[in-house]
Amino acid sequence: MRRSVSIAVLTMALVVGLGAIGIGQRSVLEGAQQKAETTEVKIDNFSFGPGTLTVPAGTTVTWTNSDDIPHTVVSTDGVFKSKVLDTDEKFSFTFSKAGTYPYFCSIHPKMTGKVIVQ
Amino acid sequence: MAGKVKDEIQYDHNHDGIDRRGFLKCMAWAGTGALCVMSGGVLKSYSLSRLPEMSSKEAMGELSFVQISDSHMGFNKPANPDVAGTLKVAVDKINALSAAPEFMLHTGDISHLSKPEEFDTVDQILKSAKPQDVFYVPGEHDVLNDDGKQFLERYGKGSKGGGWYSFDKKGAHFIGLVNVINLKAGGLGTLGHEQLEWLEDDVKHLKHSTPIVVFAHIPLWSVYPEWGWGTEDSAQALAYLKKFGSVTVLNGHIHQTMQKVEGNVTFHTASSTAFPQPQPGKADSPGPMRVPAEQLKSVLGITDVNYVQGQHALAVVDSTLA
Repeated sequence: MRRSVSIAVLTMALVVGLGAIGIGQRSVLEGAQQKAETTEVKIDNFSFGPGTLTVPAGTTVTWTNSDDIPHTVVSTDGVFKSKVLDTDEKFSFTFSKAGTYPYFCSIHPKMTGKVIVQ
Repeated sequence: MAGKVKDEIQYDHNHDGIDRRGFLKCMAWAGTGALCVMSGGVLKSYSLSRLPEMSSKEAMGELSFVQISDSHMGFNKPANPDVAGTLKVAVDKINALSAAPEFMLHTGDISHLSKPEEFDTVDQILKSAKPQDVFYVPGEHDVLNDDGKQFLERYGKGSKGGGWYSFDKKGAHFIGLVNVINLKAGGLGTLGHEQLEWLEDDVKHLKHSTPIVVFAHIPLWSVYPEWGWGTEDSAQALAYLKKFGSVTVLNGHIHQTMQKVEGNVTFHTASSTAFPQPQPGKADSPGPMRVPAEQLKSVLGITDVNYVQGQHALAVVDSTLA
């Protein structure tokens, strides 16, 4: 009796454990999918696309300048600041804390965007 | 093709749509500056491209100088892969003037990426110009990464604050302003409190009859705020200049010539020596206007827009400069 209970507990633990691994894997996959979809911001035609980006905390966002003219990515609140990005140059920043991060191009300040970290 | 007029641009479809000679010729309209002539205290501005059509009398006055702008040295994209070549064309035109201008004004965006070698190249090319004195104000491309430190080291000797200054030539008062530093998100060009205070003080002692020439990179009037073509606090600066009979404002930044008269103030923008930009609102963005072969004619049509005759009824001051 005692033995079978142990086995049952062990089996349950194993199932729960596997389930946890399964869930873990799924969330990792989801995270990866979300990352692939939303962590790129394209700078094109003097605008940031998407203009507002929502990501989970811990996401690294990469901006790529596709214009013929250099741009910058500068946090309005001083959280991050890229060097000047010439055509095809990139800038990345990892958002570890939740919050709203407005930013702009310091060369063409009419260009603004926002990253919302959840 | 055989019947082609000699002046038309030759291009080669096998390459990038245009040969160098044809390209320079085609860009000649862009690769120019403006000759500014002060006569009777009133400043007129002429496109260097049209000088052969001008009489030498028109080109004379008490004072003549040249405005060049937006050299963007280092830019190498299809809109103009040879910005050094087009700057040289501008210098050649300046040197071909029958009377050498006193000096040159460069209204910013000397470089494209604020690289030392870009500034060096422009300095080298401008050395071959007859007028040796060049007065600069920075464009936003000249103050990248260091808030203008390098620009000040190179060009800012004797200037105040972020690089603003004034000087007198033959009775006219010239004021170089900086409106490309500390730009705020969503905003336009900015002069800032410190510079405005300096300006107020700088012009306080001047007679109302003194001709004033203000030069800055971003237009000091609202050309097209949607594209950032304007300066937030320019109204305050212009308020300090209200008492003067003749005020001329020279700007760059928008890579095309425009003129506007508002009371005692005449505004001019200069074309770029590097590449054209679209007319306000006529494109999705103010990015460089490319000049592919099939669009060449429409772009060349802009030459007419570039023609700046300066025959507006400018405010006339009550004294002439002797």
